[in-house]
Amino acid sequence: MLYREAGDFKTSYRDDSQTFPLKLDRMGYWVTLAVAFGVIPFVITDYWANAVLVPFLIYAIAALGLNILVGYGGQVSLGTGGFMAVGAYATYKLSTSFPEISLLIHILLAGGITAAVGVFFGLPSLRIKGFYLAVATLAAQFFLVWLFNKVPWFYNYSASGQITAPERTFLGYVISGPATSASAKYLVCLVFAVGLAWVARNLTRGTAGRKWMAIRDMDIAAEIIGVNPLTAKMSAFAVSSFFIGIAGALLFSIYLGAAEASETFGITKSFLVLFMVIIGGLGSIFGSFAGAAFLVVLPVFLKNVLVGAFGWPTDLAAHIELMIVGALIVFFLIVEPHGLAQLWRLTKEKLRLWPFPH
Amino acid sequence: MQTQPRPEGLLMEQLLYASEVLVNGLMAGVMYSLVALGFVLIFKASGVFNYAQGVLALFAALTLVGIQQGQIPFAHLINAMTGTHLSSFGWTVPSLLAILLTALVMVGLAILIETLVLKHLVGQEPIIMFMATIGLAYFLEGLGDIMWGADVKTLDVGLPQGISDTAEAWTAALTGYGFFIDRLDIWATVIAALLVAALVAFSQYTKQGRAMRAVADDHQAALSVGISLRFIWVMVWSIAGFVALVAGIMWGTKSGVQFSLSLIALKALPVLMLGGFTSIPGAIVGGLIIGVGEKLFEFYIGPLVGGATESWFAYVLALIFLVFRPQGLFGERIIERV
Repeated sequence: MLYREAGDFKTSYRDDSQTFPLKLDRMGYWVTLAVAFGVIPFVITDYWANAVLVPFLIYAIAALGLNILVGYGGQVSLGTGGFMAVGAYATYKLSTSFPEISLLIHILLAGGITAAVGVFFGLPSLRIKGFYLAVATLAAQFFLVWLFNKVPWFYNYSASGQITAPERTFLGYVISGPATSASAKYLVCLVFAVGLAWVARNLTRGTAGRKWMAIRDMDIAAEIIGVNPLTAKMSAFAVSSFFIGIAGALLFSIYLGAAEASETFGITKSFLVLFMVIIGGLGSIFGSFAGAAFLVVLPVFLKNVLVGAFGWPTDLAAHIELMIVGALIVFFLIVEPHGLAQLWRLTKEKLRLWPFPH
Repeated sequence: MQTQPRPEGLLMEQLLYASEVLVNGLMAGVMYSLVALGFVLIFKASGVFNYAQGVLALFAALTLVGIQQGQIPFAHLINAMTGTHLSSFGWTVPSLLAILLTALVMVGLAILIETLVLKHLVGQEPIIMFMATIGLAYFLEGLGDIMWGADVKTLDVGLPQGISDTAEAWTAALTGYGFFIDRLDIWATVIAALLVAALVAFSQYTKQGRAMRAVADDHQAALSVGISLRFIWVMVWSIAGFVALVAGIMWGTKSGVQFSLSLIALKALPVLMLGGFTSIPGAIVGGLIIGVGEKLFEFYIGPLVGGATESWFAYVLALIFLVFRPQGLFGERIIERV
């Protein structure tokens, strides 16, 4: 009864093409934002921030980035971990070289650097496609991780080979380093996540997004109707890497505080983010958030139930998690290739007609 | 071995050392080819790029060790659920029987994969199939660990190991410098050669082999002349499972049965890209090129850039190669029309 478009009259083209056409959806969006900004920072505990909310926001950014490349651009990449490492190491180098400039600016700059690296490794996509490209992006993954391990300049010649986030403040609040409060971590990530989601939404429904989707659906046909594959593919790689770089920068500087290239940014990270995109829904902004939420919460949930409640050993829980994630990937690809986002869309369709089936 | 540091002998010694690196690279390449073969088989017959091939090898090796040592499957899980302390049946199975039983398990797995996964994905885009096999790889990895335990296991089916004295003596007699060659590598080369010969003979001279090639060419046309697509798929996945078993035995004997075994799949990918996805000779030649290339690169360039170049050399080589020749060395030319 509530979820209706009746009475919600659109009088301009602008109104008609907005992201949330239904009033209830719009209200839900604003309420979510208000709760996220106005309530959660005051009630958040360290456990919730570190186990659930901060990783969720960071992975949501990474998933958004990969979704732009895979879901909208149709270029499969397995190099996400490597690009996140670029973001992290760029932030580290920038913030230790120029400590007087705000960390937030460094994070944005790190995104820019990652975009440049992403374009470089994206160049082969002009010649090769499909899983050839997917495997080719593995070159980026392994080469970058190796580079950050082997060239001491990147980790400032530290003895452990690790990078550690220096303490930085913003408006008098500590936002990086061990002394950061849970709400500060959360708020920084939230601002980036909301801002980038807004950018992604508007990019994907504008000219750039249409070009990406045209290339994805059929590249040769797109070229014939005047989409330049060079700019379309490279811009997809650039934007995607920008997002992923920022996710890597946040992961290192805000969330973990310390990182080691092969451990933090290994190939498993690449797969994790790809799984988020598949489970959440290819080519959907909401799906990126849903997929990230799902894969961040699932291990916490399994750990709490299997280890906490049943008292099973942790390695068993980890193996069961592998099985569940693997089975879910196959399940979603078979039954619902558009992921959780499509399930949500179907629910909304049903709600609009409820209680009548037609 | 003990050559005197003579001025004119130094270059000679370097050359000999380089050729030893080369030979060892060739041996490593044979191992890569073995895994790559499994990929090519499945890709040729079903158009599925099977990322799970490496995990299949791990799974096969785990199962083999488990059967050999008479472990109880899922003992860990049962113990956790019921509080018992089960570990093994208390018997051991002879290697040959264990290998046969494992091959049967792999066939069963092929049937399961076909009915649960592949049947539902007919006609999907290749990239969707690829991602499905990544999911499959994760599932099998978790399953293998739960079934047989995740600890590192030693695998011994009676293959000879260690430095080959004969090879050292021969090369010493020929060149005055004894090559350091693992006997297991020699055996792997022989077995791989036999396997390839058998596979080629199978696909060229048997009815099922012809059907397999027909399916590879065109699913629809093959169906219309009465070839059962599902049977062919099960057959191909079983053969791939058997190849994975052989690869698992080799790698497992060499470096123990552990998680890293599944990562050899990642090594086989650039091999395939180099050789072309559809070509059995391509898989072999690609494997040899990558094996030799990465050993030589590590030997000559590695010390200059900090070493451990083996982690990425194969990919970068394949990437650069693909930019100039997207179909690989022996791959079919991709022609696209709107």
